[in-house]
Amino acid sequence: MLRRSIFAIVLIGVLLGLNYLVSTQIDSYYISVILHAGIFVILAVSLNLVNGFTGQFSLGQAGFYGIGAYAAAALTTYGQITVFRHWFNADGSISWWLGSVLLVLAMLLGGIVAAVAGILVGLPSLKLKGDYLAIVTLGLNQIIVVVLNNIDKLGGPRGFSTIYPPNLDPITIPPLSSFFWVYLMAAIVIIVSINIRYSVHGLAFMAIREDEVAAEAMGIPTTKYKITAFVLSAFFAGVAGALFAHTECLITPNEFNFVISINIVVMVVLGGMGSVSGTAIGAVLLTVLPEVLRGSFADYRLVVYAALLIILMLVRPRGIFGHEELSFEWLRGQLKGIQTLPARLRHLGAGRLSPSEDKLK
Amino acid sequence: MPDSHQAMLTFLQQVVNGLSLGSIYALIALGYTMVYGVLRLINFAHGDVFMVGSYIAFYVAGAMFNAHVDNWYAGAAAFAAATIGCGIMGVIIECLAYKPVRNAPKLTPLITAIGVSLLIENVAVLKGVFGPDPQFCKPILPSDGKLVHFYGISEPVDSLLLIAFTVVLLFILWFIVTRTKVGKAMRAVSQDKDAASLMGININNIISFTFFLGSALAGSAGFLFAALTHVQINAYLGIPLGLKAFTAAVLGGIGNIPGAALGGLIMGLAEAMVEGYGSLIHIPPSYSDAVSFVVLIVILLVRPSGLLGKAGVEKV
Repeated sequence: MLRRSIFAIVLIGVLLGLNYLVSTQIDSYYISVILHAGIFVILAVSLNLVNGFTGQFSLGQAGFYGIGAYAAAALTTYGQITVFRHWFNADGSISWWLGSVLLVLAMLLGGIVAAVAGILVGLPSLKLKGDYLAIVTLGLNQIIVVVLNNIDKLGGPRGFSTIYPPNLDPITIPPLSSFFWVYLMAAIVIIVSINIRYSVHGLAFMAIREDEVAAEAMGIPTTKYKITAFVLSAFFAGVAGALFAHTECLITPNEFNFVISINIVVMVVLGGMGSVSGTAIGAVLLTVLPEVLRGSFADYRLVVYAALLIILMLVRPRGIFGHEELSFEWLRGQLKGIQTLPARLRHLGAGRLSPSEDKLK
Repeated sequence: MPDSHQAMLTFLQQVVNGLSLGSIYALIALGYTMVYGVLRLINFAHGDVFMVGSYIAFYVAGAMFNAHVDNWYAGAAAFAAATIGCGIMGVIIECLAYKPVRNAPKLTPLITAIGVSLLIENVAVLKGVFGPDPQFCKPILPSDGKLVHFYGISEPVDSLLLIAFTVVLLFILWFIVTRTKVGKAMRAVSQDKDAASLMGININNIISFTFFLGSALAGSAGFLFAALTHVQINAYLGIPLGLKAFTAAVLGGIGNIPGAALGGLIMGLAEAMVEGYGSLIHIPPSYSDAVSFVVLIVILLVRPSGLLGKAGVEKV
């Protein structure tokens, strides 16, 4: 207990310190890239609970992300003219601690609404497998986008940022999010994931991934665990949505369509399915890479990005980390791998990367 | 004219609209389903092959018009160029991007496919290639805008031509798959790759041929889309149409060729019906994009492996 408390205090202290540094020293463009990277870390690591741990192929993470964003934004805008009316000053600003409480409430609401949607999406997974589940989750994601496009109170296709209550000034989504909150939630989702991985529940998840029939025969309630994975994953995606809404202060339905879902899946697979540190690194890499390429390649940046993605998958078919976590042993193994790279590349044309790849299966 | 007669005409009009839209979906869906049959891979780049096909048709037809070639010949040339060009493109994609990861874990080829899709789109949108501006295809065939009348119904010739074309292409595909040696080999590979290879079938050639066939169908769908639907084309055209077509393939039972055609037609009809009649049951037309997915989810919950797909028996 003491060790955990100390860890929590140190973590919060470090984040607050970094928050101060980031907000005073860094250009706003870089801050936005850093915040986006953090939000995608939350999304990718939470999707890893479903895709990586439990082996259910979900292609609808952006749907939960969107639901969370809209629910949270609705709370902080419509709340300003009702429940939280007295929390705001006359000029629309809010004190830092009331703002923090409001953001936590918004994140909770976004997470819970998304989690309820997660139950709905988790239910088909009890019946459908593999690619069929993938297309159904993708379909639900698109349905969510179409519905958001048709809710006029939430801006519809124009996007949601401002409401115009009668007899009052227009009210916008308050910019409550910050480096501290984004990375605190990222840290929490990583810690939760790692704890699950090394717990009995994690073993149950992974047993379902490896062989569902065998897992059921061993007495694992597969229904319960699959729904749990979906709900937990959707909750964190909703939290990420709440953070996104209060970072950008303008959300449009198309920012949550299946293209984003596919992006998140790419982060998970590229980082290494089932590896928590891998997915986090994959998320940071794929958010930062297009921005870095912006400088040196300009028009060609997305071409280079796509080419790099293909090359990475050809060179590392199991993702950067595979099932492993980032550790010293892993780094040592990689050094050995680099020494034998020329030999393995010779097998590239023969349809496989390393001669032992087949035997591993 | 009595009201019921008028209603009947409107209904038939919607059916033709649905079938012509469904024909495009069906032709693209066939490529998804054939590739899935032999490789168990969702070929995300397939929609973009369709997009390239529509651009090839657009450019070839444009060049022909500038050379004052007759409309029908220009159309034939555009069709041939789009079909063969896309077929070859499919083979190249398979060879460079999918073959090296054929034995990797299941999701690796999928991510590679997403990468290929992004690559095609982002190359296509560059200024020197197809460019970022949407293009409006000039009428390639002389049928443009004309109506055909029968029994008091007026239908645009283009929609009927589109449906007729699709029927012919489906017949050719049916013939290749069921009546030729290479078709037999394709079916064998999709049933069991290892056993097929033991029977002396060259797996690599058959997979390449499958990609050729599927991509050629996408190319001809691209031609039909550019020539007959009067919708402007752009570099990201492959995303929405590819997604719908893939949904259609899953709806029919992915891996099943008649299923893909059926799924495509159902999707097209469902969308046309919602656009035509949705307002009667308080569904605005803006929901038509969601309808195809609702249909998909409902059907999959009743038949988890699609309309014509066989439920796999799990052996323990």
